[in-house]
Amino acid sequence: MAQTSGTRARAQPIPTPGKFFVTLTVNGIETRLELAPWTTLLDALRDHLNLTGTKKGCDHGQCGACTVLLDGRRINSCLALAVMKDGARITTIEGLAAQDGRLHPLQQAFIEHDAFQCGYCTPGQICSAFGLITEGRAKTADEIRELMSGNICRCGAYPNILAAIEQVMGRT
Amino acid sequence: MINFDYVRARDVAEAVRLSAAAPGARFIAGGTNLIDLMKVDVERPARLIDISRLPLTSVEETPSGGLRIGALVPNSDLAWHPLIERRYPLLASAILAGASAQLRNMASTGGNLLQRTRCYYFYDSATPCNKRAPGSGCSALTGLNRIHAILGASEACIATHPSDMCVALAALAAEVHVAGLDGERTLAFTDFHRLPGTTPERDTNLEPHEMVTAIELPARGFAANHSYLKIRDRASYAFALVSVAAALELDGQAIKEARLALGGVAHRPWRDPAAEKALRGRPATEASFAEAADLLLHGAKGYAHNAFKIDLARRAILRALSQAARGAPQPQWQKKIL
Repeated sequence: MAQTSGTRARAQPIPTPGKFFVTLTVNGIETRLELAPWTTLLDALRDHLNLTGTKKGCDHGQCGACTVLLDGRRINSCLALAVMKDGARITTIEGLAAQDGRLHPLQQAFIEHDAFQCGYCTPGQICSAFGLITEGRAKTADEIRELMSGNICRCGAYPNILAAIEQVMGRT
Repeated sequence: MINFDYVRARDVAEAVRLSAAAPGARFIAGGTNLIDLMKVDVERPARLIDISRLPLTSVEETPSGGLRIGALVPNSDLAWHPLIERRYPLLASAILAGASAQLRNMASTGGNLLQRTRCYYFYDSATPCNKRAPGSGCSALTGLNRIHAILGASEACIATHPSDMCVALAALAAEVHVAGLDGERTLAFTDFHRLPGTTPERDTNLEPHEMVTAIELPARGFAANHSYLKIRDRASYAFALVSVAAALELDGQAIKEARLALGGVAHRPWRDPAAEKALRGRPATEASFAEAADLLLHGAKGYAHNAFKIDLARRAILRALSQAARGAPQPQWQKKIL
């Protein structure tokens, strides 16, 4: 984070930066990956672990489609470098349902409330809602809306997303 | 994204040494802004020095009654820290006004200070921008400048600093602790960020290889009478067109102490001692607030698309000071301005 002038100019060419071994526990399974340092957590999940439930929307932290839980906290996986998360515990949408296949209450509530149309934002919405409930800060509908504002739904399913989350929080 | 090398620092001194040893290296902590800028080819570090595991994550009370906040405390943890909520609710509110829950979980306290402008042209490497490519010109000056500065700008750059948290830190008279090759030093918050002048490529007064290690808050927290009022183009998850951090200490209806800082209007959080001095000893009335607003906005200059910000800022200052005086701060979940 130091200020260096002329950030566009590279002082010297880098030969070929090496890869790094990165251990991630994803949905309870410990995995060792060999990754280039510029691999985002999102790309590691999708392209290296074939967990394509987590979506790449904007790839700039603006849409929330890539939301996963990192050590229990919701983050944008597109703005995280996998190499920096070595040793972390990640939960993706694939890891929320029970072992026997029973859906997580949030997944069930999204179905019951028709909380999606195209579904592309839904894994991020559900992981974000999981994080929101864990945080325990949102008590009212307005607070849920505000704390879910990092997840964009271009189909406009917001009222039903809110209803689904409220159901799981026991507000309805 | 560009290719780069990566190294993890084990302590602050090693991080500084690694930075000095590798021209073109950058520190990375939360990464929410730096990685984004690397994806759009604006930042091109040859090497990233990972400081995210350094032990700078505590919030501690200081002997003088203030708080020392480690540079790596995530924004969400800071906003929801019991001592911040109780003693510095202006800071908590400002943090919660910015970004999204996910980004606040990732972004660090120090990184929030060091985030770069969201000027469209700074992000678009196909256009001239003196901040990104010194000497190439300012596209915003005659281009789309709705979100740009009305105070302290120069012919070289009319970008604004995007942080909400920093506006509150300016109002609270925080200090910034930094470490570099020559050891540690402390900067007043208002000395940390720079105006663009002729060198807009420099956002702050950090020297090369220096890193932020902590933010220190003085004892005075203005918990009873404060408000952070943010005006933006959509109701949530957007940068400020104008924001106001207002803090008062009242003795009955008389103002004992006042703080006023603006966001979204300049290259740094905008604070003017003259405006605060004008409030001290005066009654907490609209007439007093109007005088302070005029002083704070003295010299404001609009460009083709942002002249509306001058009136908007004036009205927002009046409203925020009124909210502070009433002890009714604007909640960030409440989209109707109270």
